[in-house]
Amino acid sequence: MIAVENLTKCYAEATVVDHVSLTVERNSITAIVGTSGSGKSTLLRMINRLVEPTSGRVLLDGRDTREEPAHLLRRRIGYVIQGNGLFPHRTVAENIATVPRLLGWDRRRIEARVRELLEVFSLDPATYAGALPHQLSGGQQQRVGVARALAAEPLVLLMDEPFGALDPIIRDKAQEDLLDIQRRFGMTVVLVTHDMDEAFRLGNQVAVMSGGRLLQYDRPAVLLRRPADPFVSRMTGLADRAMRLLSLVTAGEVALPGASDGPAVPPTATLREVLSELLWSGADSARVVEADGTVRGRLTVAAILAHGRP
Amino acid sequence: MSSATLRAGRVSGAGLVRIDPLGAVLVAAGAVALAFMPFVLFKANRIVPGDPRSLAQVLPAWGAFGCAAVLAAAAVVALWVADARVRLVVALLGVISVALAAAAAGEALTPPGDKIVRIAPGGAFWVLIVCLGLLATDATTRLKPGPGLRVLFLAASLGAAGLAFAHGTFDHLSVMREYAVNAARFAHEARQHLKLAFGSLAAAAVVGLPLGVLCHRQPRLRPGILATLNVIETIPAIALFGILMAPLGALAAAVPLADRLGIRGIGAAPAVVALFLYSLLPIVANTVTGLKRVSRAAVEAAHGMGMTDWQVLTKVELILALPVILTGVRVVLVQNIGMVTVAALIGGGGLGAFVFQGIGQTAIDLVLLGAIPIVTLAFSAALILDALVEVLDRVKT
Repeated sequence: MIAVENLTKCYAEATVVDHVSLTVERNSITAIVGTSGSGKSTLLRMINRLVEPTSGRVLLDGRDTREEPAHLLRRRIGYVIQGNGLFPHRTVAENIATVPRLLGWDRRRIEARVRELLEVFSLDPATYAGALPHQLSGGQQQRVGVARALAAEPLVLLMDEPFGALDPIIRDKAQEDLLDIQRRFGMTVVLVTHDMDEAFRLGNQVAVMSGGRLLQYDRPAVLLRRPADPFVSRMTGLADRAMRLLSLVTAGEVALPGASDGPAVPPTATLREVLSELLWSGADSARVVEADGTVRGRLTVAAILAHGRP
Repeated sequence: MSSATLRAGRVSGAGLVRIDPLGAVLVAAGAVALAFMPFVLFKANRIVPGDPRSLAQVLPAWGAFGCAAVLAAAAVVALWVADARVRLVVALLGVISVALAAAAAGEALTPPGDKIVRIAPGGAFWVLIVCLGLLATDATTRLKPGPGLRVLFLAASLGAAGLAFAHGTFDHLSVMREYAVNAARFAHEARQHLKLAFGSLAAAAVVGLPLGVLCHRQPRLRPGILATLNVIETIPAIALFGILMAPLGALAAAVPLADRLGIRGIGAAPAVVALFLYSLLPIVANTVTGLKRVSRAAVEAAHGMGMTDWQVLTKVELILALPVILTGVRVVLVQNIGMVTVAALIGGGGLGAFVFQGIGQTAIDLVLLGAIPIVTLAFSAALILDALVEVLDRVKT
């Protein structure tokens, strides 16, 4: 879907992004993690050409992004930034309608799309369509920011620290919403964050950057088991990497056939949560049970622990 | 007295004992003026010094009594009544009665059919008008009316004054006598005044806005441009007229077309150029400040969503900066309406022509014929643009 080839950005003396290459799969979430100054935001902004690369290129569906004018390219790519960047003088509906209007959609189509998105983001159109951004809570503003980015049904969504300004509880909800929406619309997401937990929770693939270089780009479990660089293991955290591994796997994925008289857990629970439940209740195994009551199998402590090894 | 009893006294007597400090000053000034200054001056012709006449001397008994009653009521309200609505109503009634009293005095003192005698408002009249005006302004400030209401109030006041002039209520007063003599010229000079003030503002907006945007986009140019405009602002108006006379005169001599278009060393051309130069700084500086205040995230998002540079500028940046830019326009407009007056000195015309002609002839009435409309114009412009800024700001925050 997105192929980044040898992308480099230099300012005066500093090289901010240094020969980075990576490929992003269609319908996946890629998280780019790094400390501040690692070049992660610049890399993201080179994908929609808010920053023009010094050398290297970006292919979108096999086409060089420089083939069309930058502003036309950007209308096909959703973009969400920290602090949402909503237009304070425009209503929520007008904010969401920004890109469809630029693309010249007819009014009825725009209205229908705005209504649909407000409902998807659980904002009642009657109450919120005509509201100005400052009348909304921080969490609601953030949702409108994502809705605005998705308005013209982009195939790619770029997010620059989208949840950085939210408090922990709202951030948790926003991350969950993003996973739901990605599953629902199936767009390709590239997300920049400095929070490793966020990257592991959201990313199918995680790219770790430092000093403008891409240190490792792989599935989260690989990053934990085989860090390519001491910096990667520092970022992922050596002390609790076993627990992090457990939180990457859900009970439904690895439940084994068999009966158990231990506590019931849903298939969406992570192994880390199941292990915690077993420690707490003192049982040896847990029953994995669907919401409708069907038993999916069981998980023993030994089986769970096996998933936490290199 | 202990502080406890002091406080108790203040609380129990809050209704009547507490004297409004502003009211006290205004009432004292009004009373002193009424006692020691003439209400109107009787002049045998337009340039001799006048004979003082007091309010009681010029009005019939019932008129003097009515006027005094209104003024007494205004004094009581100014001193002891805290309700701003009552204060506003009483102040306005006061202004109307004092104005009508002066009009009546003019009518009573002018011999029938006489065109030479002048009845001029005296010191007491002006002090009372200023005191009552301040009382009304203070009351309005306390009421905090919305922008719409303020403009409505201005329109009503101007409308009422216009009706009174159309009806000829003040025709016997000296300023209106000057107006009667100069009616045709007055309309022409008033138009010229507005043309100069708004024309230079328009030119400054056309040049200043892009210059402000340029300063914002190219921070390296900003100090140089703003410093140059700052220096221009410090040149006194008369000096700037003088400086412009030479190059514009030379241009007229060298290019006949310029001369035919009216671009000469004296007249409207140097006035417009000078006012234009003075207007640039407020507009450029406010455009820069306004653009700087625009949320960076909103601008970044606008670019990120695929707006062109022009769309980002016109649909996001300038609209969000508009209240601050309009504040600059307000400064320029009020400043220009005042400074156009000086343009009359170099033959630029405008209401200042009456002011300087009046000074030359020691005819104070002629000075007032120019000055009163200038003040009214400046005040109205400030009020309307302030209201506009407030409306826009309310939408954007």
